[in-house]
Amino acid sequence: MTEVPVPYQVVRRSQETTDTTTLVVEPVARALPPFRPGQFAMIYAFGVGEIPVSVSGILDHRHRLAHTVRAVGAVSAAVCAAAEGQELGLRGPFGTGWELERAAGGDVLVVAGGIGLAPLRPLIRAALAGAGRYRRLNLLAGARTPDDLLYADELRCLADAAPAHVAVTVDRPGHGWLGSVGMVTQLLNRADFAPGETTAFVCGPEAMIRATARDLRHRGVPADRIRVSLERNMRCATGHCGHCQLGPLLLCRDGPVAGYDRVAPLLAVREL
Amino acid sequence: MIKTTTSLLGTLDPQSRDRLLTTAKEVSFGAGDRIFSEGQRADRFWIIRTGSIVLDLHVPGRRSATIETLGSGDLVGWSWLFPPYQWHLGAEAQSPVRALEFDATVIRALCEADPVLGRAVARRVAEIIGHRLVSARTRLLDLYGPYGSGPGS
Repeated sequence: MTEVPVPYQVVRRSQETTDTTTLVVEPVARALPPFRPGQFAMIYAFGVGEIPVSVSGILDHRHRLAHTVRAVGAVSAAVCAAAEGQELGLRGPFGTGWELERAAGGDVLVVAGGIGLAPLRPLIRAALAGAGRYRRLNLLAGARTPDDLLYADELRCLADAAPAHVAVTVDRPGHGWLGSVGMVTQLLNRADFAPGETTAFVCGPEAMIRATARDLRHRGVPADRIRVSLERNMRCATGHCGHCQLGPLLLCRDGPVAGYDRVAPLLAVREL
Repeated sequence: MIKTTTSLLGTLDPQSRDRLLTTAKEVSFGAGDRIFSEGQRADRFWIIRTGSIVLDLHVPGRRSATIETLGSGDLVGWSWLFPPYQWHLGAEAQSPVRALEFDATVIRALCEADPVLGRAVARRVAEIIGHRLVSARTRLLDLYGPYGSGPGS
């Protein structure tokens, strides 16, 4: 972990959707310590500002990292616009990880909503790499429209080739969409998992996380086996400034990933 | 395979479930088959065994809007339980579908004659409606939009 941004260079960029870009970056000189799935970096667009972005890919080659960023503000737009060869400053790794090892011997259930698929991507890759340590892998993803679905080609390959159940649903289908329409929780009906022996990993808008976690609890998944990734206004990322406070938690340090048993009471408080 | 934990039949006691099942018949639909249309008399309902069904809403002058899809184990139709017994939405098979079909008049008569069964069926259908209502309301927030559920305070 570092408190001073380390220069990284954009080596590849992919336009995922109209407003979302994946950047692959590698260190210009010194690399940051290794990231774990679920952790995040503070990405500094020089002269513009700094934002927290979860890692969406951890590559062995040249300590490369992938970050998927949606342009919703001045800083995220500047990061998204970074051209190949351009330098960005990175701090990290920060926060807790998904802790996939908790699922060993049981079923892995990944539930993603919108851009929430990005932090889950390294977890999915790790689960596939560790096939045999886990029983069934279910990946359920929700998106606004078919065009807003991240990593569509990867999901198709995963559905075709890997021993995983992949299901996608959208809120607003376009003409020709032959897939599911509705909330991502509906896909739980068609997933194949043993609730008592499942570890769920959930990321997306907070209302979607709450709805999914409640549904999973109703089906019998233990609260401490529902791992959720929460987003707050992270600034320092070192647990000092308090911007990301959620009750007794500082999410940059105690999150972003936490057990639902710990955060469920906090999410129910209107002003916290 | 029907995952009974969340289906209409799954939460009924075995006796009630068997009573319903004795009235059911297996049916199938081809992809694109219209199962019912808005405003028609709701005289049947289905539980999907395999395949998927699209619920849609007629929009004059435009293609019908897809509201939701239903899959294996899901209940198709609840308007048969409440007067005036008319469909609020339309339904079309999205893929080849195998389903159990129930005659609404027969099931309503069974429920009238056996209040325990009637209460169990009504309660389960209400739960399914409630779940779909929550889903629909959550989708109204447009959570995955650029600014989630809208601008902050």
